[in-house]
Amino acid sequence: MSAILELQGVKKAFGAVVVADDQSWSLQPGEALGVLGPNGAGKTSMFNLVTGTLSTDAGTIRLDGQDITGWSAAKRCRAGIARSFQVPQPFAHMTVFENAYVAATQGAGLSGRAAEAHCLDVLDRTGLVAKSNVQAGGLTLLERKRLELSRALCAKPRVILLDEIAGGLTENECQSLIQTIRDVHATGVSIVWIEHVVHALLAVVSRLMVIDFGRKIAEGEPQAIMQSREVKEIYLGIEADA
Amino acid sequence: MDWLNAIVQGTLLGGLYALFAAGLSLIFGVMRLVNIAHGDLIVLSAYVALSFSVSLGLNPLLALVLVVPTMALVGYALQRLILNRTMGEDILPPLLVTFGLSVILQNVLLMGYSADPQNLQAGAIETASVSLGPLAVGVMPVMVFVTAVVVIAALQWMFYRTALGRAFRATSDRQDVAQLMGLNRAHVFGLAMALSLAVTALAGVFLGIRTAFDPAAGGTRLIFGFEAVIIGGLGNLWGTLAGGVILGVAQTLGAKIDPGYQILAGHIAFLIILALRPRGLFPRIDA
Repeated sequence: MSAILELQGVKKAFGAVVVADDQSWSLQPGEALGVLGPNGAGKTSMFNLVTGTLSTDAGTIRLDGQDITGWSAAKRCRAGIARSFQVPQPFAHMTVFENAYVAATQGAGLSGRAAEAHCLDVLDRTGLVAKSNVQAGGLTLLERKRLELSRALCAKPRVILLDEIAGGLTENECQSLIQTIRDVHATGVSIVWIEHVVHALLAVVSRLMVIDFGRKIAEGEPQAIMQSREVKEIYLGIEADA
Repeated sequence: MDWLNAIVQGTLLGGLYALFAAGLSLIFGVMRLVNIAHGDLIVLSAYVALSFSVSLGLNPLLALVLVVPTMALVGYALQRLILNRTMGEDILPPLLVTFGLSVILQNVLLMGYSADPQNLQAGAIETASVSLGPLAVGVMPVMVFVTAVVVIAALQWMFYRTALGRAFRATSDRQDVAQLMGLNRAHVFGLAMALSLAVTALAGVFLGIRTAFDPAAGGTRLIFGFEAVIIGGLGNLWGTLAGGVILGVAQTLGAKIDPGYQILAGHIAFLIILALRPRGLFPRIDA
């Protein structure tokens, strides 16, 4: 099976700070891949490189076999890559529905009734439909995280990148978010998920990757990775669920 | 009664100022671009209308059917080919480039049309008037005012009810995130400038019918447009209409005291409002 998303020898540095050091990995269609690593390891930068917010210094990024390394962020989104932000970044002066609508019309290329129906369907799945007409600036943290997910889904992605979407939530909120993400995964969307809340990650992903200093230092079965020396070193003194 | 007349005339004049300002406000709202060439683009529209109406023998009001799409195309091309290259974190480059554009436009118009004042001849409608109780108001000023109200209402509807308007607002909120939603910034900015210059085309033609214009007439129109936007409050389209009306009324009341005070009175009203309400009379609540 050929990969839906593939990075080959991707490099990026800001002066002496290397955020991606010869990174190569791939994501299979329908797969859910979890990403672990200490703060500042380059996990979010990796997402920025994949979405096109950052340009690579070297290496290639392929979506479904097609080289997208030189594409703009907007074009990558329309081709099927969407993300959520660790710190939610809603269009604060627009309603929840309008936030979703922008992604549906611009990212998924829908219009009119089809766009509206798609937005309502996604908001229903993410549990935000009752908040459709609320200004996004007035949402709670959980709702903002759900809006991040909704917006990404409205763009009809083939690959969705989730950046610490479970961080800062209560246990109950976290459980309901996990269920939502599982439902999304069940529809066939491939997922790359950066997360410190390890139990949330393990409830969804089938493979784990560990990143430090911009390098991939381990990759494999979740249980094996969690027991590995690399992970124990990185998380030494840090509780797994902190 | 003279005073009431001055207020009514000033209100109608405010419609023209609101048309000067609407395009300026739209561009600033969507892409934080201060378009110094806006006044010259208004004057350019008047000259484009002049060329169409002379060469085709069209009434300038009918020529609008050609001038509006022409200016919209000019706007799209201008944004895609020149202004988009200047857009970034720093607001200075677009400011300087539009200033340069202003100088170039004035000189190109001077070469093409000479410095002689020109006028758009709209025929009998220019002097037609209707009785409004004890007052007589011109048909043209009423038409301009109604157009301004319709344009503002249409822009308001576009901003809050259409996919394009939501794209504009998303860009205005968070440009980088909007691009991650698949929004093509270069194209959206192009459309914003096209829309701005389509409104500018209306303003230019109405200006040309109302008064004589020459290649240097843009600067004053830019100032009036800015003043209307600031008085009304940035980012509020209906506020811009109110700003235009306040400016227009201040000018006609000033002229009533002494014809030499017309422009000065408008500036003084602007300065007083700026001193008392620096964010304008109707700032966007959520801004």
